[in-house]
Amino acid sequence: MQHVRSLALACAVMAAGIGFASANDMPVIKVEMKDGVIIPEIIEVPANTRFKLEISNTGASPVEFESMELKREKALAAGATSAIVFRTLDPGTYDVFDDFHPEAKAKLVAK
Amino acid sequence: MIGAFVIAFREVIEAGLIIGIVLAATRGIAGRGRWIGLGVVGGLAGACLVALFAEAISDAFEGAGQDILNAAVLATAVIMLIWHNTWMSRHGRELAGELKAAGESVRRGETTSAALAFVVGAAILREGAELVLFLYGLVASGTSGPDLQIGALAGVGAGILISAVSYFGLAAIPTRYVFSVTSALIIFLAAGLAAQAAQFLTNAGLITVLDRPLWNTANILSEGSMVGRVLHALVGYTDRPTGLQVIVYLGTILVMIALMQWSSADKRRRTLRTA
Repeated sequence: MQHVRSLALACAVMAAGIGFASANDMPVIKVEMKDGVIIPEIIEVPANTRFKLEISNTGASPVEFESMELKREKALAAGATSAIVFRTLDPGTYDVFDDFHPEAKAKLVAK
Repeated sequence: MIGAFVIAFREVIEAGLIIGIVLAATRGIAGRGRWIGLGVVGGLAGACLVALFAEAISDAFEGAGQDILNAAVLATAVIMLIWHNTWMSRHGRELAGELKAAGESVRRGETTSAALAFVVGAAILREGAELVLFLYGLVASGTSGPDLQIGALAGVGAGILISAVSYFGLAAIPTRYVFSVTSALIIFLAAGLAAQAAQFLTNAGLITVLDRPLWNTANILSEGSMVGRVLHALVGYTDRPTGLQVIVYLGTILVMIALMQWSSADKRRRTLRTA
C-alpha cells in the first residue's frame, strides 16, 4: 500500500513537473517596436530551447516583425502585444526587421 | 508615400497573381465571375476578422494558433487546386474546343469554380490580414498625412493591376493551349503553397523532423526582393528551403501529375467504351 501511494505521488509530481515545464517554464524575451525602432537592437535569446518572444507595438503606427532567416512574421496594430513561440533555434545571429518600416533593423542572437 | 506604396503593393502581389491565374484557369465556365467574386469578398471579410482577432488567434494552442490557422487554410487551398487540375485534365479539352460540344455540367463547372473561389479567398485572407492592419493603422493613427494613404491605396491598385495583367497575359494564349499553361502554373502554385503549409506546421512544433535548411540562395536571389516575392507567389521560391519543404514540394507535384494522368486516361477509356 505504501508503495502504491508513493508511486502515485511520484507520478503526480512528475505530471505537475511536465505541465509546469510546457506552460510556464518557457523563458519570455520582450521586444518593443515603436514607429520604426526595434528595442533592443540586439535581441538575446537562448539557443536549443523553447522560448517566447513577446513583441509589443508601443508606437502609433502598425508594425510587422519579420525574419526571412527564421521564416517568421507577425503583424501588430498600434498598442498591440503578441508573441511568437520558438521551439528550438541553432546558436547564431539572425536578421530581423520591421516590414512596415523598412529602415528598422535588429539582430536576434541565439546563445 | 513611396514607402507606403511599396509596402501595400508587396502585400497584394501574391493574391493578385493567384487571382489572375484562377481567372484564366476558369475561362469558359459559366458563373465563374460570381464564384471568384464570392471568394474575393469572403477573403476580405476573413482578413478583417483575422486582423480583429489577431491576438486571440496568436495565443491559441500555446502560441501556435496563427501557424496552425495558416497551415490549415493553405492545405485546404492545395487540395482545391489538386481537385481543379484533376477535373480540368478530364474536361479541359471540351472547354477549350467547341464550347457547345461540352456537356451542361462541364459548362457549368460549379464545383471547380467553387473550389477555386476558396483558393482566391484563402490567398486574400492570408495576405489581407496584414494589409488590413497596415491600412487601418494609417487611417486610425491620424499621424499619417494623406500622401501616405494615397501611396498605400495606389499600392493596392497596382496589385489589382497585376491581377489584370497576369489574366490578360494568360488570356492572350491561344485557346487550345491556355488550359495546359494554367494547369502547369497551378501545379507549381499548389506545390509552393504546400511547402509553405509544411513550414507553418514546423513553426507550430507539430512537425519536428527535417527542419534544417538544405541550401541558402539568399545571396543570389533574396526571397524579400521583388523578383523573389513574385517567384515565391508563382512557384513557391524560398531562399532557405528545409528538407521537409523540398519533399512536400516535389511530392505535391508528383501527386498532381499522377492524378491528372489517371483522370485523363480514365476519360479516354470511357469515351472509347461508349463510342
